[in-house]
Amino acid sequence: MRHGKYPFIAGFLVLPLALYVIFLISPYVQTIMNSFTNWGGFSNQAEFVGLENYKQLLQDDTFLKAVLHNAFFLLALPVITILLALFFAFLLNVGGRGGRAGVRGVFGSSIYKVVFFFPQVLSVAIIAVLWQELYRTDASGLINRIGIAIGFIDENKPWQFTNDPTPFLGVPSVLWWLLLVVVWASVGFYMVLFSAAMQSIPRDIYEAAMLDGATRIHTFFRVTLPLLRDSVSVAWVYIGFLALDMYVWVFVLTPQQGGPNHSSEVFGTVMLREAFNYGQFGYACAMGVAMAAFALVLGALQLSVGRRERIEY
Amino acid sequence: MSVTPDSTSDLSRRTVLRRAAAAGLLATPAVGFLSACATGGGDDDGDTGGGATTTNENPLGLAANSAVEVVVFNGGFGDKYPAASEALVEQKHAGSTVDVKFTQKIKTEMQPRFTATPPDLINNAGADMMGNDVLVNQGALLDLTPLLDAPSWDDPAVKVRDTLAAGTVDAGTLNGKPYALNYVYGVFGVWYNAKLFSEKGWTPPKTFDDFFTLADTINGAGIKPWVHAGKYPYYMGWPLMDWIQKLGGPEQGKAIDNLEDGAWKTDAVKQVVTRIEEMVTKGYVLPGSEGLSHLQSQQAFLDGKAAFIPVGTWFESEMSSPPTPGDDREPAGGRKIPPGFELTMLPVWDVTGSDKMPYGAARTYAAESWIVPTKAKNAPGGMEFLRAMLSKAGAAKFSELTKAPTVVKGGADSVTGAGTALTSINNVIKGVGDNTIIVRINDWYAAFYEGHQGPIGELMAGRMKADKFMDEMQKLADKIKKDPKVEKQTRT
Repeated sequence: MRHGKYPFIAGFLVLPLALYVIFLISPYVQTIMNSFTNWGGFSNQAEFVGLENYKQLLQDDTFLKAVLHNAFFLLALPVITILLALFFAFLLNVGGRGGRAGVRGVFGSSIYKVVFFFPQVLSVAIIAVLWQELYRTDASGLINRIGIAIGFIDENKPWQFTNDPTPFLGVPSVLWWLLLVVVWASVGFYMVLFSAAMQSIPRDIYEAAMLDGATRIHTFFRVTLPLLRDSVSVAWVYIGFLALDMYVWVFVLTPQQGGPNHSSEVFGTVMLREAFNYGQFGYACAMGVAMAAFALVLGALQLSVGRRERIEY
Repeated sequence: MSVTPDSTSDLSRRTVLRRAAAAGLLATPAVGFLSACATGGGDDDGDTGGGATTTNENPLGLAANSAVEVVVFNGGFGDKYPAASEALVEQKHAGSTVDVKFTQKIKTEMQPRFTATPPDLINNAGADMMGNDVLVNQGALLDLTPLLDAPSWDDPAVKVRDTLAAGTVDAGTLNGKPYALNYVYGVFGVWYNAKLFSEKGWTPPKTFDDFFTLADTINGAGIKPWVHAGKYPYYMGWPLMDWIQKLGGPEQGKAIDNLEDGAWKTDAVKQVVTRIEEMVTKGYVLPGSEGLSHLQSQQAFLDGKAAFIPVGTWFESEMSSPPTPGDDREPAGGRKIPPGFELTMLPVWDVTGSDKMPYGAARTYAAESWIVPTKAKNAPGGMEFLRAMLSKAGAAKFSELTKAPTVVKGGADSVTGAGTALTSINNVIKGVGDNTIIVRINDWYAAFYEGHQGPIGELMAGRMKADKFMDEMQKLADKIKKDPKVEKQTRT
């Protein structure tokens, strides 16, 4: 059987490889090529302009603003999501009352798991409709209506949520409101991910720690967290990419798709507007390439920093 | 040939899987940005047209037994009206077929086809429309002069261009050539509920001073004087630009359209913007308007929460159409015109007692553009369909089904049926006379249309003062003027 091994393997690979090249590799190559042209997207005329598009990127205020906004999400989103997810996962799996035999989650943990995971099964469009009603800016909005009824919100100054660019801690408020939605929507998934990882940690490690008199806080930091290192690291990379994207959320939840007045622009909104609204596909491609390069470097960094010896159990 | 790696220590099944997963994880989202703007496909420089010789019966030279593909925006005007024109074309050119397709995603579906295989006629409209300036500057559209100079469908002695309402050809003209034909005729104005006003004994304002006097009374009655679609600030841009031109006269309007230096720094602009700022700071705008969609703000107005709202001709038809399920811009309680509501349109009121344009001046418009791509396989077919739509029968059917006038002369008369809204629209149009407010900058420059919304939104939210607003608008105009990639337009 050794004889025709390579043709045999190649026979299997031709079709998937062809699909991969046609639908993945070739668009990437085209995009990189387009980024050096002034192609407009609605004709097949394009001139080679060298690095002109990339030079323009560095002077584009809106684009640079978008980079800063993505950087904000990149810092805030993984930290908050992972911390919350870890906290919930710990409570649901090993946070139950001590003093009894065995290690368990808090009372009713299986119900909480479903509740927290629920946003994950809703489509983004539905989540958007839901939050738009919550965030509606006049007195008919759910939060505003309740707030006004209990006298917490001034009737003549209802909260503006994703329509509010005034800075809070140096960051436009709209970004904080978006952050809240995204954390709400994604924390459930990572909670389940961490729960699964926690359940694969042998119970006897916990029992041994408890016999030695470790508190719940001790067991979390000395036992759970170190053994979850791999999962957390992967989650970090994944949420990092979510933070670099953010396009859908900004698109559906902010006025002027990146507003008000550009205060919630992200890479995606700026790129799409340049391409499809202004007919500057070459320039938009340059943004895409810059973005991809940035994302690849970031991913490589995160994975290499996070690498460590694995504990087998 | 060894099947196993040399050293098992650095390559277990587990690590391979883990690394592969990590690499995949790493690569997938990152390269998503890369594929976002790949080209649609190969070059196809196939010649356009393929027409036959032109005759009086076939002035555009539609080839025998040819197929015509038309893509229509399926929006507020529905998908019933093209059938009439389809029948007209197929009747006149036996053997030829017309394929009418409907979509709400014009840009999403048409952009990839534009480089190689676009349809023969596109109704470029709706929220997902393509900028006609963008298309024209890339040579993607055909000049519609042959259509305009062709004999009209009903009377071979009259050219198509002579059957159109004044301003229609101009509205589709870019770089001096008619590249688009805008089909629907309308006017922008300010709406109020005549029944409420007569019950309360209020008189609709004719000047800003009237408005401010009345506003205190309205406020006292627990109603907010003004509401607008703050989520889409271009709605507020309509009265704002109209007021500026009304006060400053046609010269001011031309200065803005022609991107002249200092066009946004004039006294007329300052007065108008200051008055609007006053509306906001005095609390005459429904709190929270700055985040409402067009439908939400219109429903708030219909629910009696505010006294005035700036919208165009389509207001009644839009609010009596069935809602789009799952659209997050829909009002929570659905669209509802309360019984007895007397929806009435006013022209924008005077800014001062000495406006350059008299009371009654308003912005009439021809909207909903139809375009023929340069690379269309059957361009004469696309134009022939448009010629049929501009026939008396085609236009009448459109108005009958949609209750909206077309640009075909006398189109406004063909809309039958009473109702305060239609009557008031016709009155506003009649009152305009020679005092048409013309604003072209939004159609000429996609960058202006997108860019002017930020400052307007901030102004209406009370976060930007008049001076800063004027600076921002001037900066935007200057930026477009200096951008070598943008083809400049002028009007005289």
